[in-house]
Amino acid sequence: MTRGSLVDISKLRVIFHTYRGTIKALNGVELWLNEEERLGVVGETGCGKSVTALSIMRLIEQPGEIIDGKIWFNGKDLLQLSEDEMDKVRGRQISMIFQEPIAALNPVFKVGFQIAETIAHSQNISINDAYTQVREALEMVGLDWQRTIDLYAHELSGGMAQRVMIAMALAVRPKLLIADEPTSALDVTIQAQILELLDKLVSVGKNAVILITHDLGIASEFCDRVAVMYAGNVIEVAPSQEIFNEPLHPYTKGLIDSIPVVGRAKELTGIAGVVPDLVDPPSGCRFHPRCKHAFERCNLELPELVQIKANHYVACHLYH
Amino acid sequence: MKLGSFILRRLFLMLLVLFGVSVLVFVIAKVIPADPVGAILGGNAPIDLVEDMKRRLGLDRPLMNQFIDYMFGLVRGDLGTSLKSNRPVVQDIANFFPATLELAICATLFSVVLGIFLGILSAVYRNRFIDHFARVFSILGVSMPVFWTGLLLLLLFYFRLGWLPGTGRLGLFTTPPAKYTGLYLIDSLISLNLEAFKDALAHLVLPSLVLGYSAAASIARITRSSMLDVLRQDFIRTAKAKGIGKRLVIYRHALRNALIPVITIIGLTFGGLLEGAVLTETIFGWPGLGRYIVNSLLLLDYPAIMGGTLFVAVIYSLVNLVVDIIYAALDPRMRI
Amino acid sequence: MIGTFIVIGFILIAIFAPILAPYDPIKPNLPQRLKPPSSQHLFGTDQFGRDIFSRVIHGARIEVWIIFLVTVISGTIGTAIGITAGYFGGAVDEILMRITDIFLAFPRLILAMALSAMLGRGLTNAILAISLVEWTVVARLARAEAMKIKSQPYIEAVKAVGASNLRILLFHVLPMCLSPVLVQLTLRMGTIILTAAGLGFLGLGAQPPTPEWGAIVSDGRSYLVQQWWISTFPGLFIAVVVLGFNLLGDGIRDILDPRLRR
Repeated sequence: MTRGSLVDISKLRVIFHTYRGTIKALNGVELWLNEEERLGVVGETGCGKSVTALSIMRLIEQPGEIIDGKIWFNGKDLLQLSEDEMDKVRGRQISMIFQEPIAALNPVFKVGFQIAETIAHSQNISINDAYTQVREALEMVGLDWQRTIDLYAHELSGGMAQRVMIAMALAVRPKLLIADEPTSALDVTIQAQILELLDKLVSVGKNAVILITHDLGIASEFCDRVAVMYAGNVIEVAPSQEIFNEPLHPYTKGLIDSIPVVGRAKELTGIAGVVPDLVDPPSGCRFHPRCKHAFERCNLELPELVQIKANHYVACHLYH
Repeated sequence: MKLGSFILRRLFLMLLVLFGVSVLVFVIAKVIPADPVGAILGGNAPIDLVEDMKRRLGLDRPLMNQFIDYMFGLVRGDLGTSLKSNRPVVQDIANFFPATLELAICATLFSVVLGIFLGILSAVYRNRFIDHFARVFSILGVSMPVFWTGLLLLLLFYFRLGWLPGTGRLGLFTTPPAKYTGLYLIDSLISLNLEAFKDALAHLVLPSLVLGYSAAASIARITRSSMLDVLRQDFIRTAKAKGIGKRLVIYRHALRNALIPVITIIGLTFGGLLEGAVLTETIFGWPGLGRYIVNSLLLLDYPAIMGGTLFVAVIYSLVNLVVDIIYAALDPRMRI
Repeated sequence: MIGTFIVIGFILIAIFAPILAPYDPIKPNLPQRLKPPSSQHLFGTDQFGRDIFSRVIHGARIEVWIIFLVTVISGTIGTAIGITAGYFGGAVDEILMRITDIFLAFPRLILAMALSAMLGRGLTNAILAISLVEWTVVARLARAEAMKIKSQPYIEAVKAVGASNLRILLFHVLPMCLSPVLVQLTLRMGTIILTAAGLGFLGLGAQPPTPEWGAIVSDGRSYLVQQWWISTFPGLFIAVVVLGFNLLGDGIRDILDPRLRR
């Protein structure tokens, strides 16, 4: 069964060993994506969005561990590849941008070098030969290459640094771009610019995108589909408009009710309770202690992600 | 340009501090009351002899005048005359310092190479055998007193096994090479005196090992923790996401960042080497500056004390200045 | 774990030294001179026939005394200077930090040697000398802490209520600096022993017949080849105790830095 032609993740489990005990960070994540499609992954801090992204890149390291699942990418299960084979996927077929762009750049190398290095690796050419493409890449993200190429990370603003990261990520023409909260650390006005830029470049480059964000608004605006995660599970997936207009999962509903809307008088409501401790997560549906509609079965059984309508999946006992 | 003005500012600061250092040295030697005359003449010397001696040494004059003379002397490069050797202190230092320098350079080479190597292995193979070995090696190195390891190694390798020479820079029957730099290894090469070169090298082995061990230990510790720290950073994740492979991630992206704090530690370690040199030289009968200072202190030879400690402080400050400059050159963020 | 064990053992030895030590550590007993280790003299005897084991046991008291006094003196000076510099900032900070720099321009042991020798060789002056070198470490830390605390909103609040600078320093800044300073001092204890022993070894610290460990090692130097035990055992004690403090320090650092925990 493949649901996505480019990526299909099933039953992905990741744990982290800590001194407090084992954190069950991903508890059977299901996620899929077609070529050129954009998928938003939304959820609170600690719900496993970034861990999912890093799992795709196979960058989960000690004390973390991928213990189960499959990550099909372009016809291969990434979890079965050797490190060397994986290095041909990273930075060639999948690239990634991060939340803190300044910290994500190496402080002791010039920006130009870092982009050149990436291009050189993806095309098997020398770093020196890659520099012509560095110029194009910088121009592409709207930076003056002459002024930027010799700068260090600490000499950039957050917005510039994220542009550099985007240049670096897209210069290799990846099939898939994973953007992990690419705008969360930036000023609101810069956020909009960066998203606009991404939108444009990704349309031109025909890259598929997984956009990880805690902002449902950004996700639904930028993406074709949105997946909502809670405590290590994907609990609802639907086309962007639909998730806003007809949310099914109680958690998704709560999430939407807590978004303020300008010009519309609306009672803002939060979701009662706190995010569960993943060392000792609740039994059954991990959301049930906070759910108004919980009944006995929720305490006993983890609901599976099931298709309810065309393209609309939900993991909740209320619906099946 | 930015680096240039950084260096200038640091130079100025260093001069300021060195002025303070000269004042402190003066205070230690002249204001803190000890009795140099008594030490020279013995406790029971007749009073007029003591007075006469004081007059000859200029110790009867007001402190302020003594201080001004001392500072003017410093500016002229005159550190006074040793009470014991009756030679200018500057000349004494020039005689003794090359021995210390040669020892310190050998110990530094040994400790930097071994320390960084062990530190990297330890961090990259964290919690594996090599890591455990390196950690035991380094915690022992920073815990064992230099003078004790020195004595034990001397006992083992010289007295018991006879594999290595014991004390001094050369054997009794080796004639020192003609003096160019004062460093026997270099001088003997220049004068093509291979006999002396081999002998000098053999004499250097034990003291350098003893002196370098604790430095190697602290360099290994810092390299390890700095490397572990860097390996956790965001930009390492970026580098890994590029797919350039583990080797390049470690040696290109992590190492250069990790070495920045290590450079600082090498500077501090050099201070440790100078301290260690005092002890090592005492054990191995090494005719260096450390032993010169200890002997002057035991005899309260105050011009030699002032000159010696001042010289050490200047050397130490210069090394730290160089370290700061290397630091700034390596880490573009530091050139503020 | 091992570190704590060693340090506790060290302190217990120091406390119960008179009970543990079979012989007088100072009184010569010439007929028994230079005896190798045996059931009567566990660590052998020195050139005056004194029992090395008893001297080493009593030496623990001296080392504890050194650590205690150096910690108190350098802690007090360092904290006072550090929080003053950090809290007031500006010119006060500049001057105090340049003074600190002057002390830091010397390798520690060399400054301690010079101070100890000029103050007059002996245990008390050695302690004073080491303290005068050690305070810089504390001062820099206390300054950094005070600067951090100064910018906390509650200090603004206290100021707004009209508290005087002295009051703020003593009742708000000082207590907050105390625990990092104490931790730092604990981390330095191994180094303090090494410095003191180094001074003792060079003859610039505790003087004979005081059974300071470094000084005992020095006693044995001339007898090293035939009577190796005189130098070996006290040196071993220094190494083990310093190791204990270093392990303890590593443990404390791991607890304070949760990132290092697995």
